[in-house]
Amino acid sequence: MPRIIVVTSGKGGVGKTTTSAAIAMGLAKKGHKTAVIDFDVGLRNLDLIMGCERRVVYDFVNVINGEATLNQALIRDKNCNLLYILPASQTRDKDALSQEGVGRVLDELKKDFKYIVCDSPAGIEKGAHLAMYFADDAFVVTNPEVSSVRDSDRMLGILASKSRRAEQNDEPIKEYLLLTRYSPERVKLGEMLSVDDVQDILSLHLLGVIPESKSVLNASNSGTPVILDEKSDAGQAYADIIARYLGENRPHRFIEDKKGFFRKFFGSR
Amino acid sequence: MSLLDYFRSSKVGSASLAKERLQILVAHERSSLSQPSYLPQLQKELLEVIQKYINVGQDAISVSFEQDENQETLELNIVLPDLTAKKT
Repeated sequence: MPRIIVVTSGKGGVGKTTTSAAIAMGLAKKGHKTAVIDFDVGLRNLDLIMGCERRVVYDFVNVINGEATLNQALIRDKNCNLLYILPASQTRDKDALSQEGVGRVLDELKKDFKYIVCDSPAGIEKGAHLAMYFADDAFVVTNPEVSSVRDSDRMLGILASKSRRAEQNDEPIKEYLLLTRYSPERVKLGEMLSVDDVQDILSLHLLGVIPESKSVLNASNSGTPVILDEKSDAGQAYADIIARYLGENRPHRFIEDKKGFFRKFFGSR
Repeated sequence: MSLLDYFRSSKVGSASLAKERLQILVAHERSSLSQPSYLPQLQKELLEVIQKYINVGQDAISVSFEQDENQETLELNIVLPDLTAKKT
């Protein structure tokens, strides 16, 4: 059975699009045909993070309105031929998305794809609502920071009450925590909420911790999902997340402060 | 800078404060969100009915809703005016 994954957070700027790009690429690299959809109508950015911004011809709204077929709008990724991107429309307002239209496109994608990743916009308005409405799994992206944790909790309430699964009394959406921009050194100093702190508050299944990393900006600068940077800590963290999501049992890395005694004295900052 | 940090690391950071604030806030928001949306309207209408018969103030009524695993409780509390105070 194909699965629809929503990448959501409530708060903006926590790493939803970075995560959507990375996990979609990760799933495709594991041999699963995957589509990733940008739901941020008017403020699309997934195309830029995936490095296909110059190949956008038709978009999600064109497909919903019947102005283009799904095959015309889907962009095949340049790094992986099992990965396709459906960009958001840049010109129209958010009302261009309708529940019926989104449902229709997702149903069509389900015939051909194993995983459909929905990159949610920030906020709890229409775009965010439609991104999560049809989901089977939710990846809740959270920063170890008060406003992000609060907004994630709000989002969890919405997932549990406003999704299709909730409305139809089906098995609830499976919710997973992805803690991003984590800095073990600052946690050790008591300056940042720890993984355990965040889990105490949100009580979610932890899928992975992505450390604060220079490689994320490098990846977005060049338009390649960070998971392809296999030498980077963030890339490895996302690879672990995919493995865990697919059922592998991998110990968590990047939670402990790995800096040794020597580097603490003369360490890099 | 890193040398200084090392000696300061025993100092209590702001993370514990963040956690404490979040726990209180999240618990409060969860309980208020799980309340039915008709509560304020119910409270207003009840007050109107009671005011027909008894002279009570705006804040004489409190309606609270609680939910646990197997039951929902709607608690209605009306404070009647003090009769002894009226007589004097």
